[in-house]
Amino acid sequence: MSETAPQPVTAASNPPVQPIGSNLLPSDVVRISATKDVPQPDRQLTKVAKLIDVSKCIGCKACQSACIEWNDTRPEVETNVGVYENPHDLTPNMFTLMRFAEWVNPETDNLEWLIRKDGCMHCEDPGCLKACPAPGAIVQYSNGIVDFVKENCIGCGYCVTGCPFDIPRISKVDHKSYKCTLCSDRVAVGQGPACAKACPTQAIVFGTKDDMIAHANERIEDLKSRGYDNAGIYDPAGVGGTHVIYVLHHADKPSIYNDLPDDPRISPVVEGWKGVTKTAGLAVMGVAAVGAALHGIFSRGNRVDEQEEEAAERLVKADSRDQGGTV
Amino acid sequence: MARLYYSEKGDRIEDTHPVTVSRYRGITRANHWVTAISLILLLLSGLAFFDPSLYFLSGLFGGGQTARWLHPIIGVVLFVSFLGMFIQLWRLNLPRPEDTTWVSQIGDVVKGNEEKLPELGKYNAGQKFIFWAMTVLIVVLIVSGIMIWEQFFGELVSIPTRRWAVLTHALAAIAIILVFILHVYAAIWTRGTLRAMTRGTVTGGWAWRHHRKWLREVAGRRQNGPAE
Ligand code: SF4
Ligand code: SF4
Ligand code: SF4
Repeated sequence: MSETAPQPVTAASNPPVQPIGSNLLPSDVVRISATKDVPQPDRQLTKVAKLIDVSKCIGCKACQSACIEWNDTRPEVETNVGVYENPHDLTPNMFTLMRFAEWVNPETDNLEWLIRKDGCMHCEDPGCLKACPAPGAIVQYSNGIVDFVKENCIGCGYCVTGCPFDIPRISKVDHKSYKCTLCSDRVAVGQGPACAKACPTQAIVFGTKDDMIAHANERIEDLKSRGYDNAGIYDPAGVGGTHVIYVLHHADKPSIYNDLPDDPRISPVVEGWKGVTKTAGLAVMGVAAVGAALHGIFSRGNRVDEQEEEAAERLVKADSRDQGGTV
Repeated sequence: MARLYYSEKGDRIEDTHPVTVSRYRGITRANHWVTAISLILLLLSGLAFFDPSLYFLSGLFGGGQTARWLHPIIGVVLFVSFLGMFIQLWRLNLPRPEDTTWVSQIGDVVKGNEEKLPELGKYNAGQKFIFWAMTVLIVVLIVSGIMIWEQFFGELVSIPTRRWAVLTHALAAIAIILVFILHVYAAIWTRGTLRAMTRGTVTGGWAWRHHRKWLREVAGRRQNGPAE
C-alpha cells in the first residue's frame, strides 16, 4: 500500500489499480454513542453528501441491487403482494428501498408517480446515536457519515426509537442493528457509494456537500423552468441538515413521498428521556441511596424496649386466660 | 371462626416466653425473596442501559447482549412472582381509618414516638404505600417494557408510542428504585423487622410496639383453633 486514498468527490470515478490505504480512520470520529467527551480529531474531513434527485429516478432499483451486492446482504425472498416495493420494507439485509407513491396533483389533476429511495439520511444530529446506550455502537465521522459498529451493538432497538426517519432494523439472527453505511468502506478508499455508482440516470450522485448543494440548485432551477414551482432541496434543518439529501419536485409537501417527514427532528420525548430524565434520575437515586445508607448506619434505629416485650407477654397470657385456658 | 380484620389466617403466637409471633409463612418468604432478587437483577441490568456511566454493570451479566435479552425475561419472572405476593398481601393492605391518623402524625413516626400513634393492624400506612406503589409501578413497567421488547415485540406498537413507552419505563424505573430504597431502609431502621422475612417471626415486643391490633387479634384467637 503506497499511499492513502484521497477523499472522494464523485461516485463516477473508477478505482485505482493498486491497493490503497484507508483514509477514514478511527481518529476521524467526532461522536460516539454513549460516550461523553470524545477527543476531537485534529483534521476535519470534507463534508460529503449523497444527492438523490427524485425527479430523475426511474425506479429501476439498480441502487438496491448494487447495495445488496456491495454489502453482501441476502434479503429474504418474500411473497409478491402485487406492489412495486420489493422487499416490502427496509430490513436488516436491505439498507435502501425504492418506495412508490401514486399522487394526484390537485392543481393539474395529473397522476404523478413519486419514487423515493429510502434509507439512512446520515443526520448531522443523529437521533439513533443519541438514543443508543451501548458505548461505541454508533459513530459519526467528521465527513458526516453515521455508521453502526456491530461489534458493540447489543440489539436493544433504542436507535429505532431515536431515529426520526424509521431507518434502523434489528436482525432477528444476530440481534444487531443495520442500516445504510453510506458505503463508509468505499468512501474510506476514495470511492463513492455503490448505489450512486450503479444509478443509470445519475439520479443518485455523490460528492462534497457543497458540490451537492450547488448541483441540487441547478436541478431545482431546471425543474422550476419546467413548471415545478415548488421544486426544492430536502436537507432538513431540524436534524442539523443531512448527508443524504433529496431534490423534490414538491419540496413543500415532503410527506407525499411515502411519508418523508415534513419537519423531522429528534422527538422531544427522546430528548427528555436522554436529557433531564437521566440527569435528574441519577441525582435523585444517588442522593436517596447514599442518604439512606448513611442514616441507616449512623442512626440508632427504631428499637423495641423491654417493657414492650413484657407488655406483649402480659397480653398473650391474659388472652389465654380469657379464653378459658388454664395458665 | 375468628375474626380476621388485622391478621392472616397463618399468623400465630409461636411461643409465649418470650413471645414470638409468626408473621410470614415459608411460601410467602420464598415468594418475597424471588421477587427481591429479580428486582435487584433488573435494577442492575436496567441501570446499565440508563446511563453510559453505569454501562459497566452489564459486565455482571456477561456483556451488553446478554443483559439485553435477560432483562425482560427477569421482568416477566418478577411480574409473576409479585403477582403471588399481591394475592397474599392485598387484603390487609387496604386502607383503614387509622392510616389517616398515622400519616397526619408522620413526625412522630420519624421520631419513633410510637406511643403517640394509633394502634395498627398488620401494616402501617407506610408499608401500605410501598405495597401499592410497587403494584402500580410493576404494572406500568411490565406494560411499557413489553412495548419496547425489541426481540419479541418489535412490531407491537408504532415508533411514536414506543418513544413514550421508553420514557415511561425509565421514569417508572426511577420511581421503583426510590420505593425500593425506602422499603429496605425502613426494614432496617425499624429494628427487628428483617427477621420477619428471614425466620418468619417477630418478637412480641415488636408486634406490641408497631402492630398492636394485629398482635391483639392473633393472641385473641389463640385458643380458638384446633386443640394445641
Ligand atoms: S440496537 Fe445497537 S445500535 Fe441500536 S441503540 Fe441498541 S446498541 Fe445501539
Ligand atoms: S436517518 Fe436515522 S439512522 Fe440515519 S443517521 Fe439519522 S437518525 Fe441515524
Ligand atoms: S450508500 Fe452504500 S449502503 Fe447506503 S444505500 Fe447506497 S449502496 Fe447501500
